[in-house]
This record gives sequence, structure tokens and C-alpha cells, in this order.
Amino acid sequence: MATQQKEINLGDNSARYQSEVPGETMSLNMGPSHPATHGVLRLKLELDGDFITKCDPVIGYLHRGDEKIAENMTYNQFVPYTDRLDYLAPLHNNVTYAIAVEKLAGLEMPPRCEAIRVICCELARISSHLLGIGVYGMDAGAFTIFLYTFTEREKLYTLFEELTGARLTTSYTRIGGLMRDIPEGWLGRVNNFINQLGPILEEVDGLLTRNTIWMKRTEGVCPISKEDALAYGLTGPNLRASGVDADLRRDKPYSGYENYDFEIPIGTSGDCYDRYLVRMEEIRQSMSIVRQAIEKMPDGPWYAEEAKKIFPPRKDKILTKMEELIQNFMIVTEGPQIPPGEVYFEAENPKGVLGFFIVSKGGGVPYRMKIRGPSFCSLSILPKVMPGLMITDVPIVLGSLDFVMGECDR
Amino acid sequence: MTLSFETLAKQFDSLTQRPSSDYDAFNVDADQLVALCEHLRDKEGFSLLVDVAGIDWNDQSPRFSVAYHLYSVIKQCYVRLVCACVGDESPEVPSIVSVWPAANWHERETYDMFGIHFKGHPDLRRILMWDDYKYHPLRKEFPLAGIEDELPAADVRERVDANVIAAPMMGGPFYAQAADHMSQREPSAADQSWAESNPKRD
Amino acid sequence: MSTENLEVGYNSRIEGDVIVSKADAVINWVRKNSVWPMPMGLACCAIELMATGAARFDMSRFGMEVMRFSPRQADCMIVAGTVTYKAAEVVRRVYEQMASPKWVVAMGACASTGGMYRSYAVMQGVDRIVPVDVYISGCPPRPEALLDGMMRLQEKISQERSLTQLTKKR
Ligand code: SF4
Repeated sequence: MATQQKEINLGDNSARYQSEVPGETMSLNMGPSHPATHGVLRLKLELDGDFITKCDPVIGYLHRGDEKIAENMTYNQFVPYTDRLDYLAPLHNNVTYAIAVEKLAGLEMPPRCEAIRVICCELARISSHLLGIGVYGMDAGAFTIFLYTFTEREKLYTLFEELTGARLTTSYTRIGGLMRDIPEGWLGRVNNFINQLGPILEEVDGLLTRNTIWMKRTEGVCPISKEDALAYGLTGPNLRASGVDADLRRDKPYSGYENYDFEIPIGTSGDCYDRYLVRMEEIRQSMSIVRQAIEKMPDGPWYAEEAKKIFPPRKDKILTKMEELIQNFMIVTEGPQIPPGEVYFEAENPKGVLGFFIVSKGGGVPYRMKIRGPSFCSLSILPKVMPGLMITDVPIVLGSLDFVMGECDR
Repeated sequence: MTLSFETLAKQFDSLTQRPSSDYDAFNVDADQLVALCEHLRDKEGFSLLVDVAGIDWNDQSPRFSVAYHLYSVIKQCYVRLVCACVGDESPEVPSIVSVWPAANWHERETYDMFGIHFKGHPDLRRILMWDDYKYHPLRKEFPLAGIEDELPAADVRERVDANVIAAPMMGGPFYAQAADHMSQREPSAADQSWAESNPKRD
Repeated sequence: MSTENLEVGYNSRIEGDVIVSKADAVINWVRKNSVWPMPMGLACCAIELMATGAARFDMSRFGMEVMRFSPRQADCMIVAGTVTYKAAEVVRRVYEQMASPKWVVAMGACASTGGMYRSYAVMQGVDRIVPVDVYISGCPPRPEALLDGMMRLQEKISQERSLTQLTKKR
């Protein structure tokens, strides 16, 4: 097996290309409506035979003006828009956004809220990676994987729906807390889900990881070196697959991540196969984090009680007390009152780090909000790594980078 | 936290500290930006450029600034650099693509959204909006609803007879405007052109 | 084996038995039970579209499992997601490449009206550039809603005057 692997290793792609006799080039347009581009990415390729000589990604087909909208919305009104950034893991975006604004407001969340958020984040990570791997497999012709992983995603959707009321567009967090507490018995059902996910993951593992076709198509394809990955600002699994040991959950813990034990998978060569392996392992680690969080789930409030001008009071108080009614009215109409300042916060989203840079001049509306989408940076490396690859590698590379256009274009 | 302002300021005299609620933040002049970035990358280990964001200060001068966020994977800390653009009419800052290739797309985006020119950028084109779009949407004077314009592709435009219109805001955005008296702060429609058939007020 | 529907059309096994029916009924019955969708997946709604095609909801129950990314082979374009002005050109071009008869389903608030994106970049409803047959509400619509929408489309197809259309073309 080992010697065989040596033979199928495609080696350094750029070297391979240069040995060819260059001929006339052809330009090829791929996308924006193409199954391998996962949305509306468009690639302008220049081909020499089967080899790519130049790649120019065109993005912006999903630019919806989120940053401008944010300047015209109160902080809470913007929460639904964060769902639609990385729409494969909306819960995590909600949490990242909420923590960013809370950081600006100087709010500390109670432990229960943090633990619930951690579960949300990790479930979102699982769901995103499941889809990522499923679609990645589909791009390589392994359609079965997609059906397997999507079945699991459906189970997750059911859990999300019970928690938030929506399958996809969850909008679960609020500035200073959550929309509501977790429903009764939900943790048990999450636990059941995690328990049954293990064997299924094994099955996906068995179908893909040692599959010769899969390995031939991914191993040694599009290796990204450590230096390149850093220079182009890759983050998340893509950066770790290149061998950089960086994970904000451990390096800059937020929302109480320092209380959980988990390991951070690191790749060695940064090729497409490594990126797949890193994602697979991350799912397992996320499962373990969820288990720990369920075990340790603290009691207590799930919203910041002291934040009188930020988090609306409880419904029963609004209906019976004058002061709370006014307070609720003010928060709903004028938005949570956030002090002036500048803050940048980023969290380890499934696709990489999602960052929010908020400039506030006080009041309920941000003055400027910049959203840093990880996919935006992941795609910016394409002109660098694509030349030298074969045209048939394009879907594989795109699938392995696991991007989503919603947060790339915003 | 690991960056010492004093030692940095010795080397870069335009450096000033910037009020910030989280990380180290510095103001730097445009002419020292590239040298400072190189120094931070090579000597201080800030290997990752995470974000470039333009800011439009509207009625202040200098009107535009660009904020850079750097992250050090080794030291695990951030630093924010803010560089005011030279010129309010056609703002300009030096490009840092030579330091971090990651800046390429970020700067293109900032150019697209604010019209800030990055001197020395290899390929400064629009990235999010289409190529012959006339405006820079994130400037403060640009309305959220947009401005009437022509659809990108000419042949499609002819066939479908549609163009870019200002989005009907139907009274939104819907939050209380900052005003002195409570009665004026009522959450009311900022824009009263409730239907598409009614012309907009201005 | 033969279902009720089959008898109305043409049953090759009963040679000689002739059933008289309207040509429209036959054509429409054929058309409506093999709608091949072209998934114009633009944004978040596309994920629910994928969910509809995947195991639990299974669009193939309605003869629609053959998602064709080539517009030449598709009958019905499902516009799933936010149509921005930049993407409008693409949507229109894809639509023009489809062979008629063709239908368009606007899936979700964004495709129908622009939805929550009232902003400078978003086209306020895809019906400004392509004729839409069915609008599906929701942000995103649940897979059930999409299935319901597609069944409405089938109903609509079954009431079309296909023969007149065909002869008119010639
Ligand atoms: S309708 Fe909602 S879910 Fe669908 S594309 Fe628009 S924002 Fe996304």
C-alpha cells in the first residue's frame, strides 16, 4: 500500500506543468452557475491543454450590502442578517456577532449562556463540516457521502428548529444573551444525536478516507505551504491543514472555551487530502466538546441581568410593570445602548475566522461595521495556487477550500 | 500587550497611540505605513493580515481612514493600525500588497466600497460591484436604497427592459432617530414613500 | 400494474384499445411528471433546495430528482436565493438558454421580492427579468413549502393549452 501511494502521488504540480511544451492557451469561463462553484463564484481560467495557466476569480454575485444595512439597523435588528453570512453555520455567526457587540459594551455573559453558546457553535461546526465533506465528496463523484451527511444534517436541523424555531435562519442570540433558554430535554436529544453520529462518521470515514479513488484525486493536489497560507490570510481548517498551529478557541478563548478539553488537528502538507482529514477530525473534536458542555451545563440565568439598557426585560415583567415596559420599548425602538469605541472581534467559525470590526459613536446603531469573511480570504489564494493544476482538479480544490459565497461577498 | 509603543515610536515618529477598547491600536501616517508593516511582520511576528477596513468619517477631515488588523500566530495577539487617507476628494494610501499578498482583495474591496486609491496596488479594480458601477456604496452620502442606474450587461438590459432602481424602503429603516424630544424619537418612517408607485421625496 | 393515469394516456400493452382524450391532457401529463429542475442556487435558499433533494424530503417522488445544471436540459428554473444586479445578467442568460416549454419558480422572499435585502445591490424580485410562474414565500421556505410550490407548478402545467402553443410556434 505504501509503495503504491508513492506512485500515485502526483507530486509538485507546477513542476509537472513546466515540463510540458507550452501551446496556445484557451480561456474558459466557469460559473457563476456551475455545480462545483458552490454558489455563485466565477472563475476565469486560462488553459493550456488540460493545464491551468491563469485563474482569475470573479466574486460579488452575492454582494447584498450587509455592511451598509448594518449602519442603518440597531444592533439587534442586524442579528438575522448574520445568519445569512455563512448560511451553512448560522448559529455560529450569531454567537460571533453577539460576542463582538458585547465586547464593545463591556458585558460579561453568565456561565450558562456561555455554555449554551458553545454547544451552538460546535453543533454549527458539525453541520457545516458535514455539508462541506458531503459536497466535497460529491464533487469527486462520491454522491453517497452527500446523502449520508445530509441525513445527519437533517437531524441537526430538527434540533435547531426545536431550539430556535427555524431550521436554517436561526437568529438565536441577542446582544446580552439569547433569544430564549434551551427547551426541556433538548440537551438529552443533543446527546443522543452525538452518540449516534459517531458510528455514521465511521461509515463516512470507511467510505472515503482509505478509498483509492478519493486518495488519488486529493492527495498531493494543490498543496499550500505554510508561508503561502499565512501570507494570503487563510484561516481555520485551511490554515491548520497547511501545518500552522492556530486556533482561536484555544489561543484567544471566548465564551468559556478554556474550560473544555479538545485537540486541534494539524495537517502536514496542506494538500486537498489534508484539508479533508482536518475537517473530519474537527467533527470528532466538536462532538467531544458538546459532550463536555452538556455534562457541565451550569444553572443560572442565560442573559446578562445587569445590562438594563441592552437586554430587554422578561416578558412577564413587561406585561405587569410600568418601568420594564418603558425599558423594553426603548430597547426595541432605539436599540441596545452601546458605548462609543472601536472593537474588533473574531471567532473560529467552521470556515475560518469570522471577524466583526465595529466602530460605534454611541447609541443603538453602529457607525461602521466591517465583516471579515473567512471565505473571502480563502478564495483570494486561488490565483496563486491554481496555475499548474489540471482542469479536473478545480472542483476538488474548490471543494477542499470549503467556502461559502454569502460571507465572501456579504 | 507585547508591543512596546516607545520602541516602535523611536523608529516611526508619526506613530501615535489610538484609543481602543481592546487591542493595541496605533495611528500611523501614510508615508510610514509600509515600513511599519514590514517591521511588524519581520521583527514582531505579525504574520497574518486579518482585515482591512475603510472608514468614512463623513464631515471630518481627513475624511477617510483605513484600519488594518494584524494577528501574530506566535504571540497570539492583535494590533490595529489606522492610517488616515491623504486627500478628501480622491483619498489615497499606499498599498501593502507587497507585505501581505492577502491585502490584494481587501484593498480592492475597500476601493470598491469607498473609492480609496491604494498607491502601488497591482490590480486595483472593483471586486464586489460590477466594473462600470459609478458609485462607492459605503460612503456615507450614498443612500442604502441605492441610486437608479443601468443594468450591467447591455444586451440583457435591452431584452428585459429593467434597470437598477432605488430599493423601495417602505418606510424603513425602522428605528428611532436620535433627536431631542421623545415625541420626535418615535420610531417612524425615515422615508415616507411607502409604495413603489409614489415618487421618492427628494 | 397500470395506474389510472396510464389508461388516460396510452397503454402500449393493450394493443388495439384506443382511448380518446384531449391531446392537451396527454402532453401536459407527460410534461408535468418529468419536470427537470435547473437549480439556480444563489444563496441560503439553495441549502434548503439541497435538503429537498436529499434523503428526507426527496423531490424524486414528484419526478423532479434530475437536477440539471445545464440549462439546455432543464424545464424549470428554481431561482433559490438573492438575485443581485450583478447576478441578474446570469439568471437571464441561463433562462434564455433553456428550451421551451420552460417555467420559473421564485423560491424564497429574496427571489420573489428582494426580501429582507432592501439595499443598493439587490434586485427587488426576479420577476423583473424573467417571467415567474410560482412564488414561494419563506426565508428560507421549508422543504415542504418548496414541494408544495412544485406541486402547484404541476397543477399549473396540467392546465396549460399546450397544443395551441405548439402549433402557434410552427
Ligand atoms: S429568502 Fe432568506 S434564506 Fe432565501 S436567499 Fe433570501 S435571505 Fe436567504
